[in-house]
Amino acid sequence: MAEAATSQVWRERGRTAAITAGSIVLALLAGAVLMVVSDPDVITQYAYLFTAPALPLGATWAKVSNAYGALLLGAIGSPNALAETAWQAAPLICAGLGVGLGFRAGLFNIGAQGQAIWGSIAAAYLGFTLHLPPVIHVIVAVIGGLIAGAIWGGIVGFLKARTGAHEVIVTIMLNYVALQALSWLLSTPAFLRPGRVDPIAPVIAETAAFPILFRQLNVGFFVALAAAGAVWWLLDRSTLGFAIRAVGANPAAAGTAGMNVPNVTIITMALSGLLCGLAGVQYALGPGADLVATPLSIGLVGTVGFDAITVALLGRSKPLGTVFAGLLFGGLHAGGLAMQSIAQTPLTLSTVLQALIVLFVAAPALVGALLPKVKAPATTSLVGGEA
Amino acid sequence: MNVLYGLLEPDDGEIIIDGSPRTFANPREAMAAGIGMVHQHFMLVDVFTVTENLMLGREGGPVLNPGAARKRVQELSSRYGMPVEPDALVEDLPVGVQQRVEILKALANDARFLVFDEPTAVLTPQEIDDLMRVMQSLRDEGKGIVFITHKLREVRAIADRITVMRRGAIVGQAQPHSSEADLAELMVGRAVDLRVGKAPAHPAGTRLAVRDLRVANSAGGIVVDGLSFDVAGGEILCVAGVQGNGQSELADALLGNIAPLSGEILMDGVSLAKASPHATITAGMGFVPEDRETDGFVASFSIAENLILNRSTDAEFATGLALNWGAIRDNAEARKEEFDIRAQSVSDPISSLSGGNKQKVILARELSRPLAVLVASQPTRGVDVGAIEFLHKRIVAERDQGTAVLLVSTELDEVEALADRVLVMYRGTLVGIVPPDTPREVLGLMMAGVPFEEATKVEAATPTKEDFHG
Amino acid sequence: MTTVDPMSLMDDAPIHLEVTESRAARRARLSTGGLLVALGAVLALLAFGARGDAAFALSDAFATVPLPTIVVPGMATALMCGFLTAIVGAGFLSGKLTGSLRTWAAVVAGFAVAFGFIAWAGSGSAFPFPVANQLSGTIVLATPLVFGALAGVLCENAGVVNVSIEGEFLVAAFTAATVGSITGSLVAALIAAMAAGVAMAALLALFSIKYLVDQVVLGVVLNLLASGITGFLFDQLIQPNSATLNAAPQLPRVAIPGLSAIPLLGPALFNQSPLVYLAVLAVVVVALLLYRTRWGLRVRSVGEHPEAADTVGINVRRTRWMAVLVGGLFAGLGGAYFTIGSTGGFIKDITVGNGFIALAAVIMGRWHPVRAAFMALFFGFVTQLASQLQSLNAPMPSQFLLMLPYLATIVAVAGLIGRSRGPKADGVPYTK
Repeated sequence: MAEAATSQVWRERGRTAAITAGSIVLALLAGAVLMVVSDPDVITQYAYLFTAPALPLGATWAKVSNAYGALLLGAIGSPNALAETAWQAAPLICAGLGVGLGFRAGLFNIGAQGQAIWGSIAAAYLGFTLHLPPVIHVIVAVIGGLIAGAIWGGIVGFLKARTGAHEVIVTIMLNYVALQALSWLLSTPAFLRPGRVDPIAPVIAETAAFPILFRQLNVGFFVALAAAGAVWWLLDRSTLGFAIRAVGANPAAAGTAGMNVPNVTIITMALSGLLCGLAGVQYALGPGADLVATPLSIGLVGTVGFDAITVALLGRSKPLGTVFAGLLFGGLHAGGLAMQSIAQTPLTLSTVLQALIVLFVAAPALVGALLPKVKAPATTSLVGGEA
Repeated sequence: MNVLYGLLEPDDGEIIIDGSPRTFANPREAMAAGIGMVHQHFMLVDVFTVTENLMLGREGGPVLNPGAARKRVQELSSRYGMPVEPDALVEDLPVGVQQRVEILKALANDARFLVFDEPTAVLTPQEIDDLMRVMQSLRDEGKGIVFITHKLREVRAIADRITVMRRGAIVGQAQPHSSEADLAELMVGRAVDLRVGKAPAHPAGTRLAVRDLRVANSAGGIVVDGLSFDVAGGEILCVAGVQGNGQSELADALLGNIAPLSGEILMDGVSLAKASPHATITAGMGFVPEDRETDGFVASFSIAENLILNRSTDAEFATGLALNWGAIRDNAEARKEEFDIRAQSVSDPISSLSGGNKQKVILARELSRPLAVLVASQPTRGVDVGAIEFLHKRIVAERDQGTAVLLVSTELDEVEALADRVLVMYRGTLVGIVPPDTPREVLGLMMAGVPFEEATKVEAATPTKEDFHG
Repeated sequence: MTTVDPMSLMDDAPIHLEVTESRAARRARLSTGGLLVALGAVLALLAFGARGDAAFALSDAFATVPLPTIVVPGMATALMCGFLTAIVGAGFLSGKLTGSLRTWAAVVAGFAVAFGFIAWAGSGSAFPFPVANQLSGTIVLATPLVFGALAGVLCENAGVVNVSIEGEFLVAAFTAATVGSITGSLVAALIAAMAAGVAMAALLALFSIKYLVDQVVLGVVLNLLASGITGFLFDQLIQPNSATLNAAPQLPRVAIPGLSAIPLLGPALFNQSPLVYLAVLAVVVVALLLYRTRWGLRVRSVGEHPEAADTVGINVRRTRWMAVLVGGLFAGLGGAYFTIGSTGGFIKDITVGNGFIALAAVIMGRWHPVRAAFMALFFGFVTQLASQLQSLNAPMPSQFLLMLPYLATIVAVAGLIGRSRGPKADGVPYTK
C-alpha cells in the first residue's frame, strides 16, 4: 500500500513476521530430528541415554551443529557463498513473483514449471541459433523467453475466462505437456546438438549469456530484482494492478465497479506466465555451477515451478516478501551444497526444510500452538496479500 | 429458527417442549426431541436420489438397504399425500417437489413439530396450493406447525394462530380472521418518523426510461416481467416490495450486470440495455448495490482505494497506466470530510469501519461525480439511525441537483421518508405507481400483490383493530 | 379454524415443465460428435502417409500356443477406421444415437481410433506390432494409476482436493522398499506402504480439515515434502547401505490357473503381479463402499452438501478424515507398485508424475471409481503405446502420445466433452 499504515496494521505485520520466524525455527528443529534419526552413528549412541547422557547428546549436537553450521556458511559465510545464494535465488524470485501475482488476482498458477520450461526453450533457442551483437542478443533472447512463458500462461487464463476450466487442473496438466514438448524438441534437428544423440541442445552463443559479475553472481539477479520492482509498481502504482488486486480480493465488487473480470484474468495469467518464463530464461542464459551457460536439456529448470509456489507463499505474494523468500530458499540451496560437501549431510535436507517452513507458515494456528509466545495474526490469508 | 434446530446456540432464554426446558447442541438432539425443519434453502444433496436423501443420517445399518428405504419413502409419501418418485435425482425435480422431499425428510424422522422457514418464497402458485393442503393434513394428523412467512394471504389462509415478529422481537398476536390491513399494519409497524425535511420535488424531463423489461435470474426464472416506468430528473422514485420480488435483478439489469432478455433501458435517451457495467458507470449511472459487503467494496482495500473503485482509470486519478496516489489520497480526505466518514485514516482498510460508515464510503464514491441517474438499493440496511439521516439527506441533495434517483427499498419508513413517487413490485410485475402519502396499510396490501383500487377498499372496510391483543 | 379455500390464492398461470435434452447434454453430445468427426478426418488424412502393410503379432516369441501374425494394408485400414470414427461422430451430431446404442457407438469409435492409428503408425515397420505386449504393458502401467485414482476419488468425494497423490506414492514406494529390504517380507512391505500412504493422508487431513490450509497449495507442499524426505533419507541412509536397505524382494507374478492359459489374453491379464488383482478388487470395493454402504452415502453427502449432512447429525469433519485416510491406504498400495511391484529398489523421485496422471484419471472419470479406473487403463494403454511406437520407428514422436492424458484432461475440464463437475463442496473447508 502506498499510504502510511496505522498501528493496527503494524501489529498484524509483526505477528506475521513472528509466524514466519517461528516456522523457520520449527522447520529447523524438525530437520534436526530427521538428521539424527537417519544417522546410524548418532542413533546408536542413544542406547547410553540413561547411563551416559553426554554421549548421545554430544553426538546429536555435533551432527546438527555441523550440518547447520555448514548450511549457514555455504549460504552467507563468504562472498562466494553470497554470490551463490543470489545466483540460486534469481530464478526463484522471478517464478515466485509470477505465482504471487496470480495469487493476488485469486488465481492458483501451479503451472510455473511449464511456463519456465517454455521460457528456457525460447531463450535457449534464440541464444544458440541467432548471431547478434552482444547486448542485443541477450535482450532478444530474454524477450523470446518472456513471450513464450506469457503464451503458456495466457492459454490458462483464456480457458478459465471463456470456459470456466479450473486453472489448477489446467496448469498441472500443462506442466507435463511442456515437459513432453521439450523432450520432443530435443529430439528434433533444430534443437539437437550436432554429433549428439542424447537430448541436449547446443551451447548458447556467448553474446546471449548473462554477463557474470562475481563468481556465479550475474546480471540475472539484478534482472530478478528489477522484475520485483516492476511487479511492485504494477500492483501498487498502476491501474491494471488495482484491477488485479480488486478482482483477486472480491470479483463481485470488481465486476460491479465496472472492471472486466475475464480480461483481468487473462492478462494476469499471461503476466504470471511471463514472470515464470523469466525464471526459465535465467536457467537458459545464466551461468551454471561451472560459470558457463548450461545447454538446454530435460532437467535444466529443475523444480523451479514448484519451489516458486513455496516462495510466493512465504513471501505472502508481495514483491518484497518474495525477494526475501527467494533469497532464503536460494540460501538454503546454496548452503545445502556446502552442507553436503562439508558435513556429509545430503542437499535434499534443504527441500525438506523448504517444505516444512511453508507448511508451518500455512498453518499459523499450529505454530501458535507449538510456540506459545507466537500469536497467530487475525488474517491468515497466505495468498491474498492485502493485509 | 436455527437456534430451535440446534444449528446455533442461543445467547439467552430457553426452549420448552412438553413442559420441560431443552437445549440442543446439534440438530441430532433437536430431531430426537421431535423437531423437524423445512429449510428455506433446502438441505438436500442434489446428486442423490430422493430415497438417498431420506436415508441420509438414518441408514439403519452399515450396509444400505435401498429396497427397504424406497418402501419407506413410498409409505410416507402415500400416508401424507405427497407423491414423489423415490429414484429420481433431486436436482432433476421441480422446486415444489424438492420441498416435498424436504418435508418427508422431517417426517421420516417422526417429527412432531415442523418448522417451515419461508417455504413459499420459491414456489409457484400451484405448488403453494399443494403445500397448503399438505400443511393442513399434517395439522389434522396432530403435528404442530410453525409457518414463517411474510405473505399475508397465506397467513390468513392457513394459520390457526398468528404471531407477528419484527426485528427479532414479538410485536403482537392475531387471529386468522384479522383483516389483511391490520396484519399489514402490525408487520410494518409505526416506527420512528424519519421524514427528512425535504423540499417538494421539481421533476424535469425524463432521464431514465425503462420499457417492457424482462430479466431472468441465474436459475433461468423470469423475475422481472414486462416492467415499464420513467424517472424524471429531480425526483426520487422508490421501488417498494417484499424482498425477492425482482428488485435486485432490476437493479442489476440497470447497471448492466445481467443482460435483460428483452426490453429497453434509456438513460438520457441513450440505450443501455446491452451496455456493460463499465459503460453504464461511464455514461453517468451511480450505483449503490443491495449487498454492500459482496458487491459494494473490497473489504481488504483501504478507504481511499474503495473511494475510487469504479473510477481508477479516470484521468483524475490515473495518467496512462500509472495511478496518481496523491490525487487518490486528496480525494479520500475530501470525501472523508464531506461525508463525515468516521475513520482514523483513509489508508485503513474499509473492513475496520462500521456499517454506516462503509455505506457512506460507497455513497461518497457514487456521488462524487456528475450523475444522470442514481440507482440505490437498500441504502440504509443495517445502518445506525444517525447515519440513516445523513445518507437520506445526501440522496435528497443529489435529487435536487437534477439527478433521477431510483431507490429500491423494502423498508416502508425509508420509502415514506424519501419517495416522490412509489412503484410497488410484486413477483416481477408492477402493481402500481402511487403517491408517497398512500396509507401504509394500502402499500402493504399492494406489496402482497393487491392492486391499488382493491387495496384501498379493503383498507376502508376495516377501521378498527379489536382483534389485536399484542 | 380457517375457512379460506387455498385455491383462492391462485393468481398466476400454471407452469408446464417440458422434458427436453438439457442444454449441457446437448452441448456435450455436439462437442463429442464434433471431436469424433475431427479425429476420424485426421486419421483418414494420416492414412495417405501410410508406408505399406501393418503387421500385428498376436503372441510373442515365447508363447506356449503361438498365434498368427495378422497383416493388414496400412492405408486402407487407417482410412476405414477413420471413416468409421467419423460416422459415429456424425451419429452423435445428428442426435439419432440414444441410450446404450450411444455407449456402444463410442466404444466402437474408440477401438477404431486405436486400431487405425496403430495400423498407420506401424505400417512399413520391420517388426510386427506386439499386441500381447501392449495389453500386458497397459495393465502394468495402469495398476498404480488405478490405486492413485481411487485415493483421489475417495478424498474428493468427501470434499478434500487431493493434489498430493504423487507424494503419497513416493513415500509409500520408499517405505515398501526399505521395509521389504529389512524384513525380507513382502507382506510386511505392503503393510508398511499402506501405513506410509495413510500417514501422508493424515498430514493432508490434518492441515486441510483442522487447519483449513488451502488444499491445492497444501498438496503441492506435501509433494515437495515427500520428495525431500524420501530424497534425504535415500541419500543419507539408503544409498550408502543399498545392499541391505535397498534390496527388497519383488512381488512374483501369480498365474491364475486355467485363465492364464487363454491365448493372447491369458498371459496379459491373468499372469500378473498380485497387486494387479488387488487393484481390480479395490475398484469393486471402493465402488461398493461409496454407493452401497452407510459410510459411502455419508462420505458423498459431506462432499456435496456438508450443511445438509450436518443438519441430519453427520459429523462432517470426522467423515472427511476417514475418507482421506482410507484413500491413503490405496495410494500406499499404488506406491508399493513402483518398488516391490517392479524392480524392488527405490530411486529418487521414482514416481515421475504418475500421481498427477492418477489425478487426471479422477477428473476424466468424473469422480467415479469405476470410470476413473477405466481412465487409468486408457492412460496406461497410451503410455505403453508410446514406448511401443518408439521401437517401431513410427512416424510420430512418442512424446505426443505421452501428452495425451494431460491434453485429454484439459479438454475435459474446459467442458468440451460435457461439463465434468466434481463434488460441489470439493476443496471447501467446512467451518460451522
